[in-house]
Amino acid sequence: MQSVLAPHGPEAAAVARLGWAMFAGGALICLALVVLVFLAIRGGAGSRRVIASERFLIWSGIFVPVVVLAGLLSWGLVLTGARIAPPSPGALQIEVIGEQWWWRVRYGTEAAQKFETANELRIPVGRDVELTLVSRDVIHSFWVPSLAGKVDMIPGMTNRLRLHATEAGIFRGQCAEYCGGPHALMSFHVVALEVDAFEAWLAAQRRPAEAPATDQSVFFSTGCHGCHTVRGTNAVGTIGPDLTHVAGRLSLGAATLPTGAVNFGRWVRENQHLKPGNRMPSFGFLSAGEVDRLATYLDGLK
Amino acid sequence: MTEKRSPLPNRLPRPKGELALLEKAWKVPEGWRLLTAVNNTYIGVFYIGAALLFFILAGVLALVMRLQLAVPGNEIVGQGTYNQLFTMHGTVMMFLFAVPVVEAIGVMLLPQMLGARDLPFPRLSAFAFWAYLVGGLFFFSSLFMGLAPDGGWFMYPPLTSSRYSPGDNSDFWLLGIGFIEISAIAGAIEIIVGIMRTRAPGMTLDKMPIFAWAMLVFAGMIVFAFPAVILATMLLELERSFQWPFFIADKGGDPLLWQHLFWFFGHPEVYIIFLPAAGMVSMIVPTMTGVPLVGYRLIVVALVATGFFSFGLWVHHMFTTGIPGLSLAFFSAASMVVTIPSAMQVFSWIATMASGRLRLTVPSLFVLGFLAVFVIGGLTGVMVAMVPFDWQVHDTYFIVAHLHYVLYGGMVFPLFAALYYWAPAFSKRRLSETLGRWSFALQFIGVNLAYFPMHFAGLAGMPRRVYTYPAGLGWDLPNLLSTVGAFIIALGVLLCLVDLARNFRFSASDAVGDVWKAGTLEWLPNGIYGPRSIPIVEDREPLWYRPTLADEVEEGRYFLPGTKTGGRETLVTTPFDAAPDYVLLVPGPSWRSFWAAIFMAAFFLLLTVKLVVPAMACGVLSLGFVVAWLWQTDPGPGPKLAIGAGIRLPSYRTGSSSHSWWAMIVLVLVAASLFVALAFSYFYIWSVSPQVWPQAASDRLPDLSWAATTAVILVAGSIALLFADWALKRGGTGAGRWALRATLLLAVAALGTACFLEFCAQWQVGLRPADSSYAALVYTFTVVQGQLVAAFILMGLYTIARSMTGKLNAARRVTFDNTKCLGHYAVAQGLVGLFIVHVSPRLAL
Repeated sequence: MQSVLAPHGPEAAAVARLGWAMFAGGALICLALVVLVFLAIRGGAGSRRVIASERFLIWSGIFVPVVVLAGLLSWGLVLTGARIAPPSPGALQIEVIGEQWWWRVRYGTEAAQKFETANELRIPVGRDVELTLVSRDVIHSFWVPSLAGKVDMIPGMTNRLRLHATEAGIFRGQCAEYCGGPHALMSFHVVALEVDAFEAWLAAQRRPAEAPATDQSVFFSTGCHGCHTVRGTNAVGTIGPDLTHVAGRLSLGAATLPTGAVNFGRWVRENQHLKPGNRMPSFGFLSAGEVDRLATYLDGLK
Repeated sequence: MTEKRSPLPNRLPRPKGELALLEKAWKVPEGWRLLTAVNNTYIGVFYIGAALLFFILAGVLALVMRLQLAVPGNEIVGQGTYNQLFTMHGTVMMFLFAVPVVEAIGVMLLPQMLGARDLPFPRLSAFAFWAYLVGGLFFFSSLFMGLAPDGGWFMYPPLTSSRYSPGDNSDFWLLGIGFIEISAIAGAIEIIVGIMRTRAPGMTLDKMPIFAWAMLVFAGMIVFAFPAVILATMLLELERSFQWPFFIADKGGDPLLWQHLFWFFGHPEVYIIFLPAAGMVSMIVPTMTGVPLVGYRLIVVALVATGFFSFGLWVHHMFTTGIPGLSLAFFSAASMVVTIPSAMQVFSWIATMASGRLRLTVPSLFVLGFLAVFVIGGLTGVMVAMVPFDWQVHDTYFIVAHLHYVLYGGMVFPLFAALYYWAPAFSKRRLSETLGRWSFALQFIGVNLAYFPMHFAGLAGMPRRVYTYPAGLGWDLPNLLSTVGAFIIALGVLLCLVDLARNFRFSASDAVGDVWKAGTLEWLPNGIYGPRSIPIVEDREPLWYRPTLADEVEEGRYFLPGTKTGGRETLVTTPFDAAPDYVLLVPGPSWRSFWAAIFMAAFFLLLTVKLVVPAMACGVLSLGFVVAWLWQTDPGPGPKLAIGAGIRLPSYRTGSSSHSWWAMIVLVLVAASLFVALAFSYFYIWSVSPQVWPQAASDRLPDLSWAATTAVILVAGSIALLFADWALKRGGTGAGRWALRATLLLAVAALGTACFLEFCAQWQVGLRPADSSYAALVYTFTVVQGQLVAAFILMGLYTIARSMTGKLNAARRVTFDNTKCLGHYAVAQGLVGLFIVHVSPRLAL
């Protein structure tokens, strides 16, 4: 799910191949060295004479490494060039903003098509996705190993990463640059959907939240709207994640725990215990009834 | 053999009482006065002991971390504590253990290995040691006060800027690193001057033991690499304390500036740690095989090449930051090139083993373990030098595996080999072969069990610096195995500690001696005074080449078999041919360097907790003790001393032959490296944030007349120094002496005024350092210049005081020469600084 050796995209696949080749080569070199040292210590006079010669030293210590490394370097440069090639014209553009300790995700370039979500990216299978990666506060790093290598999110810089999934699936990613506090709990999911399913999801995300069937008053009376947005309501806060379709996401708290009514309640009541130091306070003072109603409302935001 | 050779320098029998006088001169104080000891063997053993203490302390932190990570979702330590633990583990290991321990081994071994009696500046080593011990212990104790830094050992801003790390924790890191910066530079000075100027006669550079070559490269690397991190820490502290925005993007700063400065130091740092260890291996393998090192010249080339190339790799720590393709390609290639010299060394060692018969002693076992583990680390290093692979494994446990394989394998194993190998030279009892073998076996198994699974954890997606992880991602088993391995390592280390406790009985004069039949000079039967007489060296392995050498040295047949002045003496020789040049009067035990260190440590500590007035008081006290210490230097010329073979040498040298001048040159190189790092920072930030640079000549740029005036005053300072030099040479009467003092005072005034004028120039045009990164950098030029000028002012006034107390004249002028060296450099730095700050922005308009 979050493994370099289980690639689901072309970049990750190329690196996995490279990795296996280097591992095999490295293992061979290790074996050769073990044999060499053994011969040097316990071998016959003939082999020891060869090993002790300056000629052998220069061949094995200089020429052979130079050749091997030159070949390896070329392979690496070709792969590097592929990654930093300019974006393809039909690519899907997504902006990801790293914040302590979650991921703000923005889709769409034209006003009507824009929407914001958090901690989860959904992408179409078989199409290039160009991510624009920035940071609001400290340095973070966006890494979803099954698809591609990582790119840092550095305040003041705009970095780019191309993702491309070759099959549908759920891929887990994690922040890979220490950002203080609960850095260990800053993860996300990339969900690759078949093209039709993706279009449907995109359309659903663009719509504002449906009129709630349940009581949303606790959301407002507690002040949640100060930090969170639910499109289609008066909640327009931007400090925290957009909650318009939060219940449709796989997880809460940047992949800290799965969504669901019970977990919504837990998160509201004791998120400081689940993810210490995160920027949302715990609302432990709410009554059980209030938390229930809030959780039910949130769970309806699909 | 001896009939063809010229007779030995000194005849037998030696005069009665000569040996007793020698012993008296070198005697180490007892009881609590041991704190004043400065002999390199004593400082060396204190230093190694302190470094090992930090190794254990940082290792315990690692054990706690491993306990926390043994199972997913563990709750042994919380997030805040864990973040402090990994920061401290890395910082203490790298700064308080790794560099100090190899430096300490150099302090302990080098003089006797080179045939000298001590290092050229013993009180400087003592000063560096005590500052390091006190500072390091206080730094470590910050953990118990919840004040330990928690930004990672590399402390990246903006996380470590005051906004995101508001507490004093990060300031403690800046403190902790300050001590190692000072000890490292002091050590570098000692080692360069010691290796280049105090080798035994006849020990030309190509007869010098490989360990000395390794330490020479080590010291050179420190001179050029440490200033980058010194500047970086200075900038971060200015940003945290006064909001000078070097790394804050909103104000034109760039977080990557820190990364460039830090890694420009950080990459050479790991070779600073590795090369001395390689040097130790190059000493141990020949002894254990009974044959000289194969490929000595190639190894020297490899050491120098590694040192040189290691400065061209630093960006491989930044492959994921979004730098352009050309950079990626260059640094990837360079990172691979650097493996070639290391490969050369590995094959040289194997060739040496093949040339002789390797005895499988404890040192040999640790060397074999080193080869296995270091090579694996080197191979994974090649893997991560490949950019696309690094893009996946950077900042994951794969890197943790790599770095521990190269550091534990590449330095700690040689360290244990060195402990077991050289202990008999400094201990009344040798260490135990049995305990040593068990310690090795446990450490070897433990290292592989702890770190090999980390490769898989990293490839399975586990990032670094995480206090916990979820179950079910495939990380559970590798972590559990690593935890078990870590405790096995601990057991192995513990066994060695038990061995040391039971068997290591430090003695500089009564040690077991050469149990290995080694060939190099540190194995002579030394006393507290080092060798009884300073030998003539004719070969790389003098003890093998001339089996009678040890006896002849001990009988006092070679140079300086006693003490001519009643004090401590060693020989200074010429840098390349090692011909006797003069006799160095070596300082003895001193309270002054001890208290200077204690008060300096107190100064930094009190500043960190923001107790400014007490800090200043301690700073003044420290300075006072430094002056008192310096006052005892520069004794002036005395009668020539007979060292043997009819040679009479002076005991005092002035000019570019003086060991003191050499030390000043090294210091100037350090200052110049710092300045170059600052110049880099200026031009780098300009390229990143041109919008905060002056957009027009009238835009916050002082009129050029300010710079011109300042430049003229600076040059006047140099001219004043030239006049002072001339006045001193002419010497003689009262008028001449007053001319000297007046011109010195003028030089002091000129440099001080120039610095102040530059500050005024920027201030009067409305520029304030917190405005933007441009402003901050401009004022930093003044800060860096100001530090140098402050040092020069102190040295200038001190020199005037020496003159007024009759301790400075045409023949006794080393103090003046050192002052003038710093003065001219300060003028040059000031002029270049003026050009950068005033002229270069105008060139772009």
